[in-house]
Amino acid sequence: MSEEKKDLGQEILKEINKGPLKTENKKPFLGKAAIPLLAIITGLIIGALMIAITSQSVYAAFGESIGKGFSTAFAEIGTAYKALFSGAIGDPIRMIEAVRLGDAKEIRQAFNPFLESLVQATPYIFAGLAVALGFRSGLFNIGVEGQLFIGAACATFAGYAVTGLPAWIHMPLAFLAGALGGALWGFVPGILKAKTGGHEVINTIMMNWIAFRLTEWLLSGPMTRPGSGGMPLSPIIQKTAEIPQFFQSPIRFHLGFFIALAVAYLIWWLLFKTTWGLNLRTVGTNPRAARYAGLSTTRSIVVAMSLSGALAGMAGAVQVLAVNRSMALGLSSGYGYDSIALALIGNNHPVGVVLASLLFGTLRNGATRMMVVSSIPIDIVDVIQAIILMFVAAPAIIRSVYHLRKPKQEEQQLFLSGWGGQS
Amino acid sequence: MAPILELKGITKRFPGVLANDHIDLSLNKGEILALLGENGAGKSTLMNILYGLYQPDEGEILVNGQKVTINSPTDAINQGIGMVHQHFMLIPVFTVTENVMLGNETVKQAGFLDRKKAANRILDISNQYNLEVNPDYYVRDLPVGVQQRVEIIKLLYREAEILIFDEPTAVLTPQEADELFKIMRSLVAQGKSIIFITHKLREVMEISDRVMVIRRGAMVGETTPAQADKQTLAAMMVGRAVDLEVDRTESKPGELVCSVENLTVADKFQNIVVDDVSLEIYSGEIVGIAGVQGNGQTELVNAITGLQKTLSGKVTLLGEDITKFSPRQITELGSAHVPEDRQTDGLVLPFPVAENLVLCTYYKEPFARGVMLQYPVILKNAEKLIEDFDIRTPNAFTPVGSLSGGNQQKVIIARELSRSIRFLVASQPTRGLDVGSIEYIHKRIVQKRDEGCGVLLVSPELDEIMELSDRIAVMYRGKIIAVVPNKGITKEYIGLLMAGVVPEHPIQFDETVVVEATL
Repeated sequence: MSEEKKDLGQEILKEINKGPLKTENKKPFLGKAAIPLLAIITGLIIGALMIAITSQSVYAAFGESIGKGFSTAFAEIGTAYKALFSGAIGDPIRMIEAVRLGDAKEIRQAFNPFLESLVQATPYIFAGLAVALGFRSGLFNIGVEGQLFIGAACATFAGYAVTGLPAWIHMPLAFLAGALGGALWGFVPGILKAKTGGHEVINTIMMNWIAFRLTEWLLSGPMTRPGSGGMPLSPIIQKTAEIPQFFQSPIRFHLGFFIALAVAYLIWWLLFKTTWGLNLRTVGTNPRAARYAGLSTTRSIVVAMSLSGALAGMAGAVQVLAVNRSMALGLSSGYGYDSIALALIGNNHPVGVVLASLLFGTLRNGATRMMVVSSIPIDIVDVIQAIILMFVAAPAIIRSVYHLRKPKQEEQQLFLSGWGGQS
Repeated sequence: MAPILELKGITKRFPGVLANDHIDLSLNKGEILALLGENGAGKSTLMNILYGLYQPDEGEILVNGQKVTINSPTDAINQGIGMVHQHFMLIPVFTVTENVMLGNETVKQAGFLDRKKAANRILDISNQYNLEVNPDYYVRDLPVGVQQRVEIIKLLYREAEILIFDEPTAVLTPQEADELFKIMRSLVAQGKSIIFITHKLREVMEISDRVMVIRRGAMVGETTPAQADKQTLAAMMVGRAVDLEVDRTESKPGELVCSVENLTVADKFQNIVVDDVSLEIYSGEIVGIAGVQGNGQTELVNAITGLQKTLSGKVTLLGEDITKFSPRQITELGSAHVPEDRQTDGLVLPFPVAENLVLCTYYKEPFARGVMLQYPVILKNAEKLIEDFDIRTPNAFTPVGSLSGGNQQKVIIARELSRSIRFLVASQPTRGLDVGSIEYIHKRIVQKRDEGCGVLLVSPELDEIMELSDRIAVMYRGKIIAVVPNKGITKEYIGLLMAGVVPEHPIQFDETVVVEATL
């Protein structure tokens, strides 16, 4: 075969996601992206229904006449999604106008919603990668949230307590401090699992609580900002520790986004191009075969958990160093938990995680504007996210709704193996 | 009398495959019909059609001369057709009674389960057909052979007249298989009819009244065990003459490759499972370990390959004490291991063939440079081995889990034998494989021996041991109770040893043969 030039990593992944039952090579349109994409569309449709049925004015309009009710409902949905879109991407007319006029300031402002979406996506990328790496290595890291907090705390400390360093040393140092803190928080459940068999799900959840209370104490005690009056708030980090933002306030777009992309590439390379990655994936997929092949499962577990923790720590660090510039308890809007969803939607593949993060970042960002414009609660986005996730987790629903063909044989095989195999 | 079951012109197409090609089959009342064919020949598809899991594209099914349509397993059961699957459909945490009742519950008033009544019927059935089982036991506590009995009872409870057994001996020990055959005879003696799916020639000869052979989806012939012998059946099944006997020249043992001295191993419950075992394997010979499964063979192999800790004793490989070595260190010394369970130990099923072929060596030159995997080299290696070892796979990227069992095993054999090795541990290398693959793998193992490799072969199939080994060690309750040269000894003699009996005056021996009984 003359397929040497082909990217084997990709090929392999395609095969992995196809599952062990090979049937037809012909895939439904868009291949494996079909399910997540249709899930997103379905999520938005159901979201629209939710907007309509939760709106007072729609009920009022239906009271007058059915036609009016429908038109109000559509208008309502239209306003909401338009706001969501323009809040997330920007107003296209304004963007074109700005580019045409060539006014630098206006261009920046017109494109700010889009850039802000990238800002929102950045911590998702790190956290999503953390979960995905864990899954690939056979570990369910639920402790991303805690690792993120510890990472943020370490980055904050390195950011304000260390002084007199040039920026090109201080900034990476603070960022790595965050990674290291997260790694430590991942290492503990890792070593517990490797040495004692303690389940990582339980232990990472416990580590989360320790992390939350620990950071609370740190922020209101040893790391508190002088004069904060007991509020859990850290001092502002040194200028030299800041991850630079590219434009003036209020545009927050920062270098961290590109660091996230670079890290995603690095993780992809690690997982699919190196012996370490093959080692992690082998242990993650079949630990017994890994042992037989002479791999150390304990080492792999510890390394994977630490790496996963480090990525989570980076998520915290980037938020502190690039966006907030100090640490408060409201640091995370649940990035650690959303990241599990991200990893699933992204098929535990770095590219998928980046795409899913962009989606989540965009939705989050757009939702803020939607709330301002149409007074639709921001929580509707949570609902949409939840629906998307449900559909991704239960692809059979999507398949039946959209009549995606799946070889019948495969389902029957599944049906058959459902009960057997555990004699 | 009309046959109890008739299939006429059954055809089933899957995308790209003609799984069943106009198959005609008839089953008479009270007979055991063996359906013989290699893995993937279309036996299971045919039976799944009969059981209502697939719909045929063409053809018809007649039960007692009446044309029927079977759209689901429920339809099949209503027609009196029942199937004992290879993988049991039992719920481990339910009792035997609950499992049997499931889907066909006997109820008292107000919908309460009438376990007692059901249990009594189970006892009746078990007495009638010699299916010894306690209805109150939990299925998870039962040995595999008894679980299979529960499956059979399930069918009889639903008054099945036609019983399909899908490779029923694959999961059984030889003793359990003998038990099953007794049960099958008693079933047909009382008027039931049986279709017995298998690829094991010995079983066909032993149990069936009639044999139908399927090859590549088509019925290629029908015969009876009286008219045919193993050779002709194998040829019908594979489509060419098959050497059932491996050409094996006299061994030329060379220097000591591996020695096991007073090895003792405990399992996780601290039971001694390998008890003071000593054994020597020389280059250029195959030492076969015979024994009923579960007599410490697995643990012995695990200890030799570094997968299990030892309590005491010493294992030496090529002059090095490897007792405390890791699996990787042992592999690097020039040892290869074909594991007992290919799917859980030997392969990473979702990974492509190419990666599985370098599972033990991926970290070394030329497959990796530094930490960078060299995929072009890995791929080239895969293509070469796929060619050399005749692995039937669409390409090197195909996940190994989607290959047939025989080809999965070939992937392992290719990986292990393609290295330059001095010692090979092959644990049940042909378990569950078809004749063609068995022939191939046996040849490869003998070839490795002839190249000067020392081989330790473990198998519960006495035929395999007798056929390949130069010396046979018999393991019983963790001890090696005898090591005999494979010359002029009978199966019965080894069989007695396997049962733990050391005959005082062995059966007529060649005078050159010495029994080194250690008990």
